[in-house]
Amino acid sequence: MIIVNATKQLDTSDGIIQANFELTVESGEFLTLFGPSGAGKTTLMRLIAGLDTPDSGYIAVDGEVWFDSKRSINVSPQKRSVGFVFQDYALFPTMSVRQNLLFAAQNDKQRAYVDTLLEMTELTAFSERLPATLSGGQKQRVALARALVRHPKILLLDEPLSALDPSMRQKLQDGLSMIHDLLGVTTLLVSHDIAETVKLSDRLAAIEMGRIKNICSPMEFFTTHTFSGKLQLIGEVLKIEEESPIIIATLLVGSSIVKTIIGRDEGEKLRVGGHALISVKAFNPIVVPLNENQLSSSIERHNNDF
Amino acid sequence: MENEFIETMALTFKLATITTLILLFISIPLAAFLVFSKTRLKSIAETIVSMPLVLPPSVLGFYLLLAFSPASFIGEFLTNHGIRLAFSFEGLVVGSILFSLPFMVHPIQSALSQVPRSIFEAAYTLGKSKLSTMVYVILPIIRHGLISGIVLAFAHTVGEFGVILMIGGNIPDETRVASIAIYDEVESLNYAMAHQYALTLFVVTFAILLLVYTLNKKSLEGLK
Repeated sequence: MIIVNATKQLDTSDGIIQANFELTVESGEFLTLFGPSGAGKTTLMRLIAGLDTPDSGYIAVDGEVWFDSKRSINVSPQKRSVGFVFQDYALFPTMSVRQNLLFAAQNDKQRAYVDTLLEMTELTAFSERLPATLSGGQKQRVALARALVRHPKILLLDEPLSALDPSMRQKLQDGLSMIHDLLGVTTLLVSHDIAETVKLSDRLAAIEMGRIKNICSPMEFFTTHTFSGKLQLIGEVLKIEEESPIIIATLLVGSSIVKTIIGRDEGEKLRVGGHALISVKAFNPIVVPLNENQLSSSIERHNNDF
Repeated sequence: MENEFIETMALTFKLATITTLILLFISIPLAAFLVFSKTRLKSIAETIVSMPLVLPPSVLGFYLLLAFSPASFIGEFLTNHGIRLAFSFEGLVVGSILFSLPFMVHPIQSALSQVPRSIFEAAYTLGKSKLSTMVYVILPIIRHGLISGIVLAFAHTVGEFGVILMIGGNIPDETRVASIAIYDEVESLNYAMAHQYALTLFVVTFAILLLVYTLNKKSLEGLK
């Protein structure tokens, strides 16, 4: 179990904010830290790993105190049992894939475990290659495997999939999910991606301005505000045309353009370039699965309609 | 005459080799301090390291000579411990280390500053101490900077003149290095001998730099 109760002054692009993190994570749990950039998600992970020091507070993992400002305890990152996967992977460029993993191993048992991990992450064929010759997805897997060599109590993943294309992302999400189920290591993930969060995590901690606003299941979080029999979309207003007696607003929703009739009152409130919430009463929406080809052709057809 | 030539050249390369080795050990921690330290001391340290780039060698040599003289506090301390630095080979090593310091520190500093912080942090979270991170992870990454530093410091020490003239004089097999010998031979109108020294230095320096450029085009990027 991880218990965090720590404060830290953060220097963000919006000025200095006083972060105050209070969080309890159960052993074996997969928790996602979700929130806008600059909210302090990465900082929270760095405080747990010992890469940054809280201004005050307390961090304990499985009853072991890692930080306590009152008792002047601050265990060095080397002695904290964490596996950290950095956003840029931070692979050692002069070492082969296998050497990267072996470097992390502390004893023969862990050295023997390296081969198992390479297999688990489908890297056996690349084990003698240097990181520079690998694709983004392969590098990410090396970073993950390397972080697991020492059997850490906590696995910290700082937006590990953000630099990858969607199909690779999906594949690695499956891999992450499998590894988490297999090893049962307590995992914290920083993510901006809703699909990723829902798919992987047991719980979600919503972080805003250095505070944890809400901890709940990801489904609960993403549906509470929207699940009301209404379908809600956010769009950018492109054009407002008056064709007496009606007003037509053109909005960009995702990659689709939507034209809709609006009332005079609404027309006065909207402005071009601003954003608007479009809601449709949909008691019984029709949901049809699409494969990749249908998806792209439907987008094309949709765009041609205008 | 031939013996004297070999002696002088041997002394020149001995001085450069010892200076370079000592500089390498001093410069890695010093460069790391300059890259990672956040204290105000850093600007002062940076200035001192870079001073020999712009200071006339005679200024450095003059102050070293004063410091080495038994009349000074440092000189007195050294004399009491049986060390004589003025007009001795050991003194030349000290002077050369100070004078070639920026040529070793700057390429290493520049290479170190380009290593992403996350590489260090990844090694720390994998349980590696700062020292073993430096030795096994960072030094292999910055090898280009190390090679540049070694070559530049070596070549610069071989070519040093002003500081040595001030603190070393011209004692055969003790402080008489090639650059001093050239000056000395020209003074005594012995142009053939001066030419022999000059051409040797020219060829050796050219060969070292050519070798490094050929082996590794990146090796001098540390200076940019």
